[in-house]
Order: sequence, then structure tokens, then C-alpha cells
Amino acid sequence: MAEAVDLKAIGTRPVRPDGVEKVTGRANFGADLNLPGMLHGKILRSPHAHARIKSVDLSGALAMDGVLAAVSGKDIPGGGDLGDNVLAKDKALYHGHAVAAVAARSAYIAELALDEIKVEYEVLNPVMSIDDAIADGATLVNESLHTNGDTSQPASNIAAITKFERGDVDQGFADADVVVEGEYRVPTAHQGYIEPHACTATINEEGKATVWCCTQGQFDVRSMTANCLNKQVSDIRVIPSEIGGGFGGKTTIYLEPVAVKLSEISGRPVKMVMSREEVFRATGPTSATLCRAKVGAKKDGTITAATAWLAYEAGAFAGAPVGPGCMSVLAPYDLENFRIEGHDVLVTKPKVAAYRAPGAPQSMHAMECAIDELARKLDMDPIDLRLKNAADEGTVAPYGPQFPAIGLRACLEAAKVHPNYTTPPAEGQGRGVAVGFWFNIGMQSSAEIRIAENGAVTIMEGSPDIGGSRASMCLMAAETLGIPYENINAHVGDTEATGYCNTTGGSRTTFATGMAVIEACEDIIAQCKERAALTWELDVDQVDWEDGQAIPKPGVNADVKPLSLADIARSAGRTGGPLLGRASLNAQGPGASFSVNWTDVEVDRETGKVDVKAFTGVQDAGRAIHPSYVEGQMQGGAVQGLGWALNEEYIYDADGVMENAGFLDYRVPVTSDMPMIDTQIVEVPNPSHPYGVRGVGETPIVAPLAATSNAVRDALGFRINDLPLSPPRVLAAIDENE
Amino acid sequence: MGDYAYAAPATVDSTVELLSSSANSGTRTQVLAGGTDVLVQMRSTDRGARLIVDIKQLAETNVLSVGEDEIYIGAAIPSAILNENAELKGLLPGLIESADLIGSTQIQGRASIGGNLCNSSPAGDTIPALIANSAVCHIVGADGERDVPVEDFVTGVGTNCMAPHEFLLGLRVPTPKGNTGDAYLRFIPRTEMDIAVAGAGVRLTLDDSGACTAARVGIGAVAPTALVVSEAADALIGTQVDDDALNAAADACSAAASPISDKRGTVEYRIKVVGVLCKRAGAIARDRAKA
Ligand SMILES: Cc1cc2nc3c(=O)[nH]c(=O)nc-3n(C[C@H](O)[C@H](O)[C@H](O)COP(=O)(O)OP(=O)(O)OC[C@H]3O[C@@H](n4cnc5c(N)ncnc54)[C@H](O)[C@@H]3O)c2cc1C
Repeated sequence: MAEAVDLKAIGTRPVRPDGVEKVTGRANFGADLNLPGMLHGKILRSPHAHARIKSVDLSGALAMDGVLAAVSGKDIPGGGDLGDNVLAKDKALYHGHAVAAVAARSAYIAELALDEIKVEYEVLNPVMSIDDAIADGATLVNESLHTNGDTSQPASNIAAITKFERGDVDQGFADADVVVEGEYRVPTAHQGYIEPHACTATINEEGKATVWCCTQGQFDVRSMTANCLNKQVSDIRVIPSEIGGGFGGKTTIYLEPVAVKLSEISGRPVKMVMSREEVFRATGPTSATLCRAKVGAKKDGTITAATAWLAYEAGAFAGAPVGPGCMSVLAPYDLENFRIEGHDVLVTKPKVAAYRAPGAPQSMHAMECAIDELARKLDMDPIDLRLKNAADEGTVAPYGPQFPAIGLRACLEAAKVHPNYTTPPAEGQGRGVAVGFWFNIGMQSSAEIRIAENGAVTIMEGSPDIGGSRASMCLMAAETLGIPYENINAHVGDTEATGYCNTTGGSRTTFATGMAVIEACEDIIAQCKERAALTWELDVDQVDWEDGQAIPKPGVNADVKPLSLADIARSAGRTGGPLLGRASLNAQGPGASFSVNWTDVEVDRETGKVDVKAFTGVQDAGRAIHPSYVEGQMQGGAVQGLGWALNEEYIYDADGVMENAGFLDYRVPVTSDMPMIDTQIVEVPNPSHPYGVRGVGETPIVAPLAATSNAVRDALGFRINDLPLSPPRVLAAIDENE
Repeated sequence: MGDYAYAAPATVDSTVELLSSSANSGTRTQVLAGGTDVLVQMRSTDRGARLIVDIKQLAETNVLSVGEDEIYIGAAIPSAILNENAELKGLLPGLIESADLIGSTQIQGRASIGGNLCNSSPAGDTIPALIANSAVCHIVGADGERDVPVEDFVTGVGTNCMAPHEFLLGLRVPTPKGNTGDAYLRFIPRTEMDIAVAGAGVRLTLDDSGACTAARVGIGAVAPTALVVSEAADALIGTQVDDDALNAAADACSAAASPISDKRGTVEYRIKVVGVLCKRAGAIARDRAKA
């Protein structure tokens, strides 16, 4: 692996290739496409949190002037749960669940037409919490769902139970000098991307559809849309736009099959754009959770046993991120005895979607709060306690694999001597520490490198860029080819323009698609060497590639001038045609990324308001390809985590209707709420990546929840177990404790 | 399906005429100042068609004058203009701060105090500050002009005492004399871009010994309308506005509050916090009166 000192492009901070287009407003996002003759589609949503749909009558809408198509659940025949989420069939399973849709000449007419659709409902009891869902005799969200598919047991709202276990937990607790235990709740939260979901679809008489949309994965939109409509993937072309945030929430689909169907019926292109309210009511959120954590340790801090009982709301369909919650909860620790049990629980809320390290913030909030209490009981520094038990290279992770080189210890050691840590919190403030983790993923990527006649390099790849990844691709290509960053441009291709690529998610893009780009560059280098050999009448193994040019190997006796990429490109017609490098792979060995965060807070004891005074994140990036964008990920994730800790939550009324479906009352932090988020990048290279990259995008949201809880605990002198730490909750707790 | 229409009459008279005739013909009509409430409502809660009557071009709604006895603030003056007026900021720092709390820099380019009052939300930030300053609404309509004290203007959540043919021309605020200071504080869970969970405005006059000779307290977001709390004022008058007096005023505000529990706060929370805000605003007003 290349050592940092040899690197020329990697580690620099150039301007991103998509920057000018974005800051000048030229970039096109999901709702920006308009086509001739285009119609506007709108969705009719369930006014009930739980109801049987007895009938849907579209005739009133279809009779209206300007309405050209209308659809209901039966028009989305496939897709399983996903299809049922796109348009409800027998039951509406949450307030805001899509029930029908229309397409009309204007958005206004489409909206009026929704009023003319008649739906007959039989209203059922909403199921709005884990407690309600798992209680005896609970109303069933899905009457034919049995835990882990075991039909010998009665139907249940618990879709699945997952267990990880090692050693002898009872003995471990018996051996402990100190045991702490707690129950913690985290509320439903939304990813809060600024750009609402939007798409435009058109389908021709041969049944070939084209969909433009904002997404984290055009290939998944293609397969999901095909499934919902019982079509082939080859029938659909998906063109991703620029994306105004996703954070996991744009790894699934809502509108696309409906738009295609409306287009098929009307013979016109159909555009659909969600309102912010629809985004809150019917997309995204991540699981509300109920987690119990218990940890025991010796006086010296050695953890002897730990257990985690986790229950995650899946929303209306099975599939809460409780698996990753289980994988993460104890990942930072090297343990002999533990038991982790996770429950995937159905409730009548929107189907959850991925949100940045899906599942990890909730379970690790519980465990990192418990570990903080343990440090207090042991009178140990919270970083020292974690160092004492830290997982390291060779530790077998609770979920099975043995860790290769990981950066947890390096992060803890960096934190320990960080000036923000060695300086105690200001008078009256509290400080809390927590560790974060995300395993990251690899999966499939393709990349193509095209060389223009002047030697300029075009990267074509398939990972929608949600965090500056095109800049990172250009940097890795510049490094590999040995040419300036400015000579390279990167593009995200549509499903017909580039090879298959898994979705941008799991912090995989810089790692996996980056690897494909590097390999495609190596393919170009190999071709360039061949072209040079041909030109010089040498054997290809007599040619080297150095600093962006072909040269004869040392000792080869040839009186020739080096050939640059531009030289070779210019004469490519004479040496075999255009230069085209390519690579496709299924990337193995995504390195886990650990972090250490600490929050300093001040609490207004008369109003219960928590002010974040300082926040520091230390995280292992393996190798920071573009350090500014790594820091940006760390800061963005921290702010999302802080928002979730402080104020973000879905508030429901007794009928299961969300009361705060807008950014006024769903309170993400505003800039002035936040201190400067300090960052320190640690680099423990990932042995599986040519430059040592680990994914960095998700880990940053994990630790801020517990770090902030622990800081409030420190400031108040007592603990509030549940999130958010909103002023009414904090003031009520203060009053109770006085 | 009705139609949207827009009119910007050139004079007060023609505005009153248009309002009267559309009221008589049953045309749904809405006055527009900065539009920062109207446009949001039209895009979300209430999308129905209507005639919009824009009053922000009128000379009369843009009058800003500081007289010996009365400060006149035209109904359509955006808070950005007020926030940058050093004289006003010196005279009525609390009222100007309440206008400066509205939204963001962009919103303040349009948002007016008049609109804030006419929108008649229980949580409107300028209303308690206007009440504390004994402000009076200057209203014009088919029957001529009339003056109504701000505390009597708002009649319920989103409703006020104006007839369909009337609109607000401006606000009259008594010019502060002697050792007078005002302050307004609100509580929001964030630092900006939010809606008051509770608010309190206080205006005090002190004599040379520091004793309070006059006081007015207005509270917001803790009842269907902003309230004047005379018991809180009484708790301050005759005192040195020390901690005991401020605590007594705080208790009076908590007692006067009749809030609801909603997504923004519980009854208990609002009752407690409105007192805290009164106490803190009272201390600021006192210090300003001394300065
Ligand atoms: C992002 C954002 C943040 C906001 N933050 C705050 C905040 O922090 N605090 C707060 O209190 N408000 C806030 N608001 C609400 C709004 O900005 C204020 O209420 C503002 O003062 C309204 O003034 P305007 O001139 O824009 O009123 P408009 O929207 O023009 O009118 C408001 C209402 O008053 C009526 N009206 C206006 N002028 C007259 C008149 N002269 N005569 C008769 N009727 C009239 C209108 O018909 C309408 O019903 C916010 C709004 C936005 C969009």
C-alpha cells in the first residue's frame, strides 16, 4: 500500500467538480425536469393511521376536465411490501399512506381532483408504540405476520427476533464488582433532507419507460420500479438527477411506479413532486426504539458481561434496522460474555427507511449511556474505561468476523490528549463522551475511464454523489494516473450509460466505487504502456508508467522521449483506437470506522433548554482522500445526531396523526444552535483498499446521541434516559429531582 | 373552483372602497402586507382562491414618525427598517427586539408589525411587546377611523375586531419619558426560526430613587390571545424591581396564563416558563430604565 508521504493528490482539498453548477443554481435536481405535454401527478393519502380500504372510486376525479389518469392500489400489482407501501391495497397502514393518485394538466387541478376520489374506510385501532405493539392482545398491523415466519405460533406484531450470544453472561455478571442497568427510548426521527422526493416518468408504446428522479441508487430505482409494475429491469431506464440530500432516505422508492403507471394510462410524461408535509408523513423516518442495556465490570474497569435487549419500530412493514443495531451495540468492546437480542416490531407509522448508520445510533445510545454510568460508578475517566475494553485488531466482533486493523484505540488515544478534552468544561457546563461505530459495506461497482484526444480524463461511474464523491473519484484517479486533478472530471451515469453499481449507501462509495475507479485507471495505464511499447518498438514489459507518462524501464536502451497521456491519446488512432479503461468488482473488506465524540452543554435550569457549547469528533477515516469532505461528513453527521438528541421527534396525536409534519415543529438544529463542530481525522489505513480508505459517512451520527445525554447527565447531576432532551422533558425532570 | 385575484389600490379611500364592495359581494378577500404569513398559509393550510388587497404601497402604511408624545409606526413597515432605525432602537429597544425576532433576515425584509398583529396568532412576537408599550391600533374603514388598544384588538386565535371593510393603518405608541425601559423575551427550543412557546413583554418607568412608578406587562402564547397582566404590573409598581418583586410578577404571569398542551409545550411547562420570562424581561427593562 502507498504510504501517505508518497501521495500527491490524495489528501489535498481541491474544489469539487460539481461545485460551480450547484452554487450558481444551474445544477438540476429531482423536480427540475419539465417535458413537453407533461402532466402533474398527485397522491391521495389515508386520513387514518389504520383502516381497511373497502373501496376506491376514481370516477369522480376522472370525470373532471383536465384529469387524464387515475390509479389505485390494484394498479401496482407487484413489489410485495414495497408495492403495498407505494399504493395501499387492502389496508392503509399509517396516516399519509398513499391510496390513490391522479395526473392532470396542472398541479392545482390534480389537487382538486383528489377531493373527488371516494374511498370507503373501516377505521381500525392505531398501534403507535412498541409497548402497544408487543402487549398481549395488541391490534395486529399485519394479520398474517408470524415472528420469524413461525406459523405454529399466533400472528404477532414482532416480525423477527435476532440473537447474538457469547460466553456465560450469568457468570460474567456474578464476577462483576459493579453492575449498571438502564432502559432508554429514542423517538422516531426523519433524515430531513432538504430536497423532497421528485420524479418525472414517461413510457412509450413499446412499454419502455424512462424515469428521472433524485435517488441514491438509480439501479435500485430501476429494479424496484420494475418489480412493482411486473416489468423487466431492461424495460426501464433511470436517470439520476443531482440530489439535495438523502442520508439513506433516498435508497427506496415512493413515486416512480405511480408516475410510470399514470404515464402509461395518459400517454403523457408525468411529474410528481412531494410536499414537505408528504415527506414527513409518508417517507423516511427511522425507527423509534426501546433499548435495555446492562453492563458489569471489575473494579479495574474490565467488563465481565453485557446484555442488550433492543426493540425497533419497523413502521407498517417488517424491516427495522435492528440487525445493524445488534451488530453495533457492543462492537467497540472486546468481550467474553454478552447477549444481544433484537426485535423488529410493526406499528402503524410510515415504513422506516435507512438513515445514516441505520440502527446504530439508537442501540449505541443505550449502551454508551450505560457505559458512562459504569465509568461514574467506577470513578474512572470514560475514555480510560473504553481503552481498557477496546476492540482491536484480532478481536472477534460480536457479530462474528475478526477485526483487521481498526482505529478505535487510536481515536481514544487521540481524544485523550486533545486540547478540547484536556481542558475541563467551563464552570456550570457538563461534558459527555461516547464512542461510535459503523461496519460499512463494499458490494458491486463499475467504472469506466475515457481519455479524450487531448488527454483529458472522464470517469463514468454509477454512484450518485451525495457527499462530494466525484471529487474523491477524481483525486484517486489523479493519484493513480499521476496526472493533475484538474484534468479529470467524474460523472454519475444513468442505468444505460454506466455499468451496474449498488446504491450510494453503507458508506461504500469512496471505498468500493473508488476501488473500481482505481482499477479502471490501472487498465488505462496498462493500455498506455502497450501503446508506448508499440510506438517505441519495445516489449511492453520494458515500459514503465511514472508521473503520468510512459518511459522506458531503467536499463532499457531506447533513445525516446517520454509519452504523456495526452501524447498517447493524440495518436491513439494509430495505435489501436481510443483509450477506454474499465473495471467492475464486488468490493471485499470495507473497513469499519470508529469514532469518539464529546459534547459540552449548559442547561438553563429555569427553562430546561440545553445549549451545546462545544462538540469534538475524532474519527478513523482509514485514509482521508479529500479531508474537507471527510470533515464535512463528520460535522454533518454530528449535527444530525445532536438534533436527534435535543429536539427532533415525530409527535403523534391519539389517532396516530403526526402533529409536526414540517420544519417549524420538527426541529432540526439551525446554524445558530450549533457550536463549531471540531474534528480530528485519525488514519489507520484499511488493508483492503489500495489507498487505505474506510467509509466515513455514517459513523459520525452514532455517538452524538449518547455523548449529549451523558453531558446533560454531567451538568444536571442526574440522568434523563429518554430522547429528545427537549426543554419540556428536561424541565419536568429538573422539577422532579428538586 | 374560484379564481385568485390581486389588487394594489393607490389610496386609502380606494382601498376601503374595494374592501367594502368585495365584502358586500361576498368575495373572499384578504389584506396583504409583507405576505410572510399570507403566502405560507396559501401554500399550506388554506389554499382557497381569494382576492388579495395589497396595502404596502400606501404612503399611510409606511409612515414612521417619532413625536413628543407619540411614535407612529405604519402598519406595513417591514421589521428590517425598524431594526435599523437607531432612534427607535434607543426609545423602544424591547419592541424593536420583538420585531427583530421574527423569522430570519430574509423574512424581515417583508414582515411587518402590522401583519404580525393582524394575523392575530396567540404566539405573535410583537403583540406582548406592543401591549407592554400601551400601543393603540389606528384602524380605517367605511365608517372612518378609530383607535383600539392592542390588548382589545385580538379577539381569539386568528381573529380580531376589524370588520371586513376595515384595515390597519398604523400603530400609535406613547413616547417613553423619563427613566423608562422596555424588554421582550420569548422562549423557543432553538435559537431562531421558531415560534414562541411563551413570551413576555415588560415596560417600566422608575423614579430617581429607582422605585417603579409605572409598569405594563404583556404575555403571549399562553392563552388564546396575548394578555395584559395588570397583577404583574401591580407587583412591580412601588418596588425597587428587586428579585422579590420580579418573582411576584412572575407568579402573577403564571397565574394569568391559561395555555394548552400541544406539540410545542405542555400546560405546566408554559405556565412556569412565562413567569421566568417575565422575571428576566423585567430585570432587563429595569436596567434599561436606569441606563
Ligand atoms: C420563516 C418564518 C419565520 C417566522 N418567524 C416568526 C417569529 O419568529 N415570530 C412571529 O411572531 N412570527 C413569525 N413569522 C410569521 C410572520 O412573519 C409574522 O407574523 C409577520 O409579522 C407578518 O407580517 P406580514 O407583513 O408579512 O403579514 P402578512 O402575511 O402580509 O399578513 C398577515 C395577516 O395579517 C393581515 N394583515 C396584514 N396587514 C394588515 C393590515 N394592515 N390590515 C389588516 N390586515 C392585515 C393579513 O390579511 C394576514 O391575515 C414567521 C414567518 C415565516 C415565514
